[in-house]
Amino acid sequence: MKMRIEFELNGKPVSAEVEPRLTLGDCIRHELLQTGTHIGCEHGVCGACTVIVEGDAVRSCLTLAVQAAGKRVQTVEGLANGDNLAPLQQSFQKHHGLQCGFCTPGFLMTAHALLTHEPAADEERIREVLSGNVCRCTGYLSIVKAVMDARPAYQANKAVQS
Amino acid sequence: MSARIPLVGKPIERIEDRKLLLGRGSFADDIHRDGMLHAAILRSSVGHGLIRHIDVSAARALEGVHAVFSAEEIGRPVPRIPVRLFPNDGMDPFRQPVIADGKVRFVGEPIAIVIADTPAIAEDALELIEVDIEVFPAVTSIAAAVAGPALLFESHGSNRIFGYEIRRDELADIFETAAYTRRERLYVHRHTGITMETRGVVAEWNAADGYMRCWGAVKVPFANRKILAGMLDLPEDKVEMIEGNAGGSFGVRGEFFPEDFLIPFAARKLGRPVKWIEDRREHLLAITHARDVECDIAIACDGDGHILGIRADMRMNIGAYFRTSTTIAPRNVGQFVPGPYRVPAYSADVAVIASNKSPSGTYRGPGRFEADFFRERMLDLAADDLGIDRVEFRRRNLLTEAELPKPFPAITPNPVVTELDSGAYEHVLDLCLAKANWADKQHLQGKLVDGRYHGLAVCCFVEGGAAGPRESARMVLEDDGTISLYVGSSAVGQGVETILTQIAADAMELPLDAIRVFHGSTTYVKEGWGSYHSRSTVMGGNAVLLAAAEIKSQMLAAGAGLLQCSGQEVSYENGRVIAQHGGSVGLKELAGKDIAFEATFHNSKHTYTYGSHVAHVAVDAETGHIEIVDYVAIEDAGRIINPLTLHGQAVGSIVQGLGGALLEHFVYDEDGQMLSGSLADYLVPLATDFPNIRTSSIELRPSPNHPLGAKGAGEGGTIPVGGLLANAVAAALRDFHVQPTELPLSPDRIWRLVQDAPAQSGA
Ligand code: FES
Ligand code: FES
Repeated sequence: MKMRIEFELNGKPVSAEVEPRLTLGDCIRHELLQTGTHIGCEHGVCGACTVIVEGDAVRSCLTLAVQAAGKRVQTVEGLANGDNLAPLQQSFQKHHGLQCGFCTPGFLMTAHALLTHEPAADEERIREVLSGNVCRCTGYLSIVKAVMDARPAYQANKAVQS
Repeated sequence: MSARIPLVGKPIERIEDRKLLLGRGSFADDIHRDGMLHAAILRSSVGHGLIRHIDVSAARALEGVHAVFSAEEIGRPVPRIPVRLFPNDGMDPFRQPVIADGKVRFVGEPIAIVIADTPAIAEDALELIEVDIEVFPAVTSIAAAVAGPALLFESHGSNRIFGYEIRRDELADIFETAAYTRRERLYVHRHTGITMETRGVVAEWNAADGYMRCWGAVKVPFANRKILAGMLDLPEDKVEMIEGNAGGSFGVRGEFFPEDFLIPFAARKLGRPVKWIEDRREHLLAITHARDVECDIAIACDGDGHILGIRADMRMNIGAYFRTSTTIAPRNVGQFVPGPYRVPAYSADVAVIASNKSPSGTYRGPGRFEADFFRERMLDLAADDLGIDRVEFRRRNLLTEAELPKPFPAITPNPVVTELDSGAYEHVLDLCLAKANWADKQHLQGKLVDGRYHGLAVCCFVEGGAAGPRESARMVLEDDGTISLYVGSSAVGQGVETILTQIAADAMELPLDAIRVFHGSTTYVKEGWGSYHSRSTVMGGNAVLLAAAEIKSQMLAAGAGLLQCSGQEVSYENGRVIAQHGGSVGLKELAGKDIAFEATFHNSKHTYTYGSHVAHVAVDAETGHIEIVDYVAIEDAGRIINPLTLHGQAVGSIVQGLGGALLEHFVYDEDGQMLSGSLADYLVPLATDFPNIRTSSIELRPSPNHPLGAKGAGEGGTIPVGGLLANAVAAALRDFHVQPTELPLSPDRIWRLVQDAPAQSGA
């Protein structure tokens, strides 16, 4: 028994026919074919699937697609301005904050939500929030640096949409 | 013309990053094909048993299910996974079938595969399969496997299924006559390099052309193509492996697994593309496991602390079967115990033990992480017993430059000759001690500060890299004057595209954007090898140098023709062929002259990166918690192509080593059930765990064995961590006389060690 849902994805209205048991992550990836969001565990531990719903970082593997109906959803595909990397993404590149890149969309969305709410977050706060995401390649030092270094852009609130 | 500044050695931002940051990567689960079906796999829930009966009728009848295959439908004899590295006839009976036929030997072993319209239907159908398994007693620990009576392979009569002998000079009566000897039993637990992207395969069969295309290849696409072609009875050029982005390898992912046969098999049978994506529980159950080795080790020294000999008797628990890379760790653990030290006489016997656990294979620093734990623990124990400072003890025993190259102890069967190539071991030890403020911090050893005991340790290691035999690179001059570089190396997140672009750009004297690297399909070069044993930079990089040299001479010949002069009257500079008489042509003008070459770099000599690490820990004796107060690492990589990516490898591998030493543990119960089957139970390092790591890579002694001079790096960070941390904890808890003999150094183990300590003092 499928249901029809509509929501806003990266600023554009989208709709999908989904079974009630379909997760938001699978809906975005396999129904709407936006594959930037990654699924690493399906049990809420790794954070790879993090997307932003109404301004808050959520785990799309634990959220049902039907729960997103009528809401504003942002994924990694909505971070850049066209082909121009957002300051947060640039900072990841500069500090080598990614190796295989599988965890990266989750880290970007977690950090984007954090810095949007708390543009002056200190290192400890950043580490603590990022500790909800698993990266197996980098050892995290470069990710933490990249997020810290992106703060001025959020403080200036320029070139960043929430 | 202005001098061109070399790109090699510069911290160039990675070419790979852009796509990944934009969410435009191409991982296995991102592949969607028209008409694609989905697979799910029924796995044994029993550690050891005999399949009496499988009834798939109800599953087959479920709407949306297209097929269910078990050994019956796949056909007997069921194909078995070959041993890729150091195969030996003696291993044949113990190779893993691609689907269980008769016996099941570990929880997670595939029994049947369902193909359906959606992953959800396929999973629903799994529940409808009825399997009747006669349960046998299982063996999971080394002790149980050795004791029996349960046998994984009854006809073999023992769970000891293979063995290696490693020897250097005769031990003779050293242990009877030495001034000092000590013997210990040490153990490194089972853990591995789980990757953030689980495994995945998409297979598509083109019946008209008899052509099989597979997505999801990682690490060794060419080797897997060969194996799959053999199993499907297809010529190799009718099988294509496509490597998109790979979400990590660390050695464990990308080897040939059962699903690498099952999914293409199903796709061909059904004439539809089939996708399978592993879930996290399957990943933990069935990915290549590692470590799990115990060692009875004895060391003999003279009265001045010079090592006279080491004797080791090891048992490595490889799990239920031999797979592609299973041989490496038992070989390495035997060969790497001497490490960078002078161990005049050495003898090791490594028994390969089968048990009802997941099959094991290579994981970052295979066998070396374990060997370094055994050795460095023994060095600290010996130094303490002899009353010699631990640094001084190492100085007395480190190999000097004059003693290099130094052959490794000989191994049989499947002997290979390899030697430590070059290095200033003691000098780098000094650099590391200085950076860690070792001398200034000695007063902290064993000291209680704010409720925690402080301890520091230092150790030295070598890392092998640059495995042969060959690697290929093909360069083609394109119509627009750019150069396409096709390589057999594979990308596993280590930045190989950027690194090979830097090397090629320098060799061709061109800017970065004049080179485009193509990797990730077995159609790009005739023969490729892949990414393992820290080899991509050295092997791939040298193949690029060879290809560049050849196409430059082709350009000179073609340019001379255009400029109407002889080959002797032209030279190549910054992408132009220049004639002595003054004229010149650029690459665009040379395009269309069929300038292309595929080069193969051959190498049988390994490189040995080396270095030292210092750890400063603070241990809470009441909770057993260990904090890394400071961690300093220095390695000599010979020549650094890109300091940014190398630093990333160094930090990442240290943190993985810390995970292995402190957190990560595959726990099985006696029946073979895994008790750590989720990321909530199998603990990996998080951003808050190890923030204090300082590492640097230097270029001190290039490898003398190849033109590039670089040494394989990327695993070195992991190798010394276990031994180092155990030694630091022993130093911190010295008043308790606590001596860790097993990993991981989990809070409960540390707490128990303190509780059981012979002498209580301090707090
Ligand atoms: S996939 Fe959602 S937390 Fe791991
Ligand atoms: S970059 Fe590979 S998991 Fe984070």
